[in-house]
Amino acid sequence: MAAAEPLRYCSDALPARVDDVTNCFRWRAMRALALCRWLRGGTVRALRLGAAAASSAPPPQDGVTVEVLDHLERLALVDFRDAEGVERLREAVRFAERLREVNTEGIEPMDSVLEDRCLYLREDDVTEGKCTAELLKNAREKVEEYFVAPPGNIPLPELEERDTFLKGS
Amino acid sequence: PSAQVLNRRCVEAAVMTGLALNCTINKKSLFDRKHYFYADLPAGYQITQQRVPIAVNGSLSYSLCVDNKMSQMVTKTVRIKQIQLEQDSGKSLHDDARSQTLVDLNRAGVGLMEVVMEPDMCCGEEAAAAVRELQLILQTLGSSQAIMAEGQLRVDANISVHHPGEPYGVRTEVKNINSMRFLAKAVDYEIQRQIKELENGGTVLNETRAFDSKLGCTVPMRDKEGKQDYRFMPEPNLPPLILYDAKSLPANVNHQQVVNIDWIHERLPDLPSVKRAKLVELYGILPEHSFTLVNEDGLTEFFEDVVKQTQMKPKKVIGWILSDLLSHLKQHSLTAKESPISSFLLADLLNLLENGDISSSAAKQVFEELWKGEGKTPLEIVKEKQLELIKDQEELEQICQAVIDEREKEVMAIKEGNEKVINKLIGLVRKATRGRANPLLVKQILEKKLSE
Repeated sequence: MAAAEPLRYCSDALPARVDDVTNCFRWRAMRALALCRWLRGGTVRALRLGAAAASSAPPPQDGVTVEVLDHLERLALVDFRDAEGVERLREAVRFAERLREVNTEGIEPMDSVLEDRCLYLREDDVTEGKCTAELLKNAREKVEEYFVAPPGNIPLPELEERDTFLKGS
Repeated sequence: PSAQVLNRRCVEAAVMTGLALNCTINKKSLFDRKHYFYADLPAGYQITQQRVPIAVNGSLSYSLCVDNKMSQMVTKTVRIKQIQLEQDSGKSLHDDARSQTLVDLNRAGVGLMEVVMEPDMCCGEEAAAAVRELQLILQTLGSSQAIMAEGQLRVDANISVHHPGEPYGVRTEVKNINSMRFLAKAVDYEIQRQIKELENGGTVLNETRAFDSKLGCTVPMRDKEGKQDYRFMPEPNLPPLILYDAKSLPANVNHQQVVNIDWIHERLPDLPSVKRAKLVELYGILPEHSFTLVNEDGLTEFFEDVVKQTQMKPKKVIGWILSDLLSHLKQHSLTAKESPISSFLLADLLNLLENGDISSSAAKQVFEELWKGEGKTPLEIVKEKQLELIKDQEELEQICQAVIDEREKEVMAIKEGNEKVINKLIGLVRKATRGRANPLLVKQILEKKLSE
């Protein structure tokens, strides 16, 4: 779940040199800020966390509202599952918010930790293919050489009808 | 090592196209991920260039016939907002009968070039003409074969209406347009639909609609409800794309890894507009003729081959190419390269005509015979059907005299000043010679005789 592990992305992309830590930080900042800005939108409403936690949950001041959780679940098809999952999300938001303490005025945003590397261009040669049978092995259902899918996206039911929302609470 | 690797040809094609469309090429462009879920997008995201694309701010000039008259053409321009490189998704085939979608992933991940135009066009005809010109340019550059029927060129139209002087209205996006003709139809239908909706007090929704070619209308598209949040983020696996020019080219580089904008610029072929201008200048044909020549696959080559092999002036040859040849080709859905009459045979025929050996009506008859493709030469057909013009002056004079002698009434009328009646006499001579007399010569002889 992306919300629970914001650190994972950065360590994958972390360059070998120690003095690139600042660069990594700037990159994380950018991603996290995007997440923050995004969570800020949306009206503040009391958070419903299932029968047990209802009375004790304070109204959220960090913008992590029921609508936001619903929207995230719908967009990213994640399942926050329970109060613990939501709390991890909140922690992630709090963590990212701290980046605002850094003064980045007049500094060009970093596009990529790979900005000093060359984008490799490959020649227009066919180097692989003819593996239809092997690829189709992955299909649960197929028709001739097509993968079979439902007729369209099946959207998540509306919040009121959804029995999986924060099911684990 | 990165999962996605950019193909150099894609970059070159995008630069070529950007230059041909007068764009500013961004020496540094970036890649982003566009997230959404769909069966034909296994990764759940598409790599695109949302923040800084490879080319921006260009223009495309195209021409339209005014009032459907080929003789009056106007030039219009549509601004190009940007060109971006992105990945293709797979292809979905909807099987409504069995309530399923079949997905073909062969083209998933293949490089695409998206050309975004500003809303400078005002009707279906303009949209089709602009796209047609773009198609010709892409084909000339070799960026793409751009055949719509094979999905090599796909067009999504964005349409809105507004009262003059007011801001642009809400736009709808129309997909599933598979040909130029359907593009024009879809645009015009949607314009009318929106106007009707607004005039009835309704509103236009910012939605995606599909063009139904059977019904000739647009319908709301399933799966596209509500505004999409694509959660754009920089593509973590791809560094920025850096392009160079002669000035910025670093020394000691691996040329295979470097794309030089100036190098590509120098090697751009003549664009359709340049080709047309050259044809007009070189051969003295009309601009609208040049449009048809360039528009039809292989026709320019055919025309130039005929011109090389005949004494007939290009201005006269063009008539034969554009009316006789082209109409026959169209009727049989053939390209110029597939013509049963070769440029050599046509030139041969036109030489007979030019030398005064046959009349133009006889020439048309020979053309029809040649079209059958039976291997006969024009001369053989002329002899077979006895179509040669009578060249013997005396014979002609005798026939003319005979007609004059027969038609006292008409002769009197002409002598009294009714000059148009001479055409009747010319017609009679033509009948008597079975079309084998040059009408101009006949007129000369008759006039001479009548003035004696």
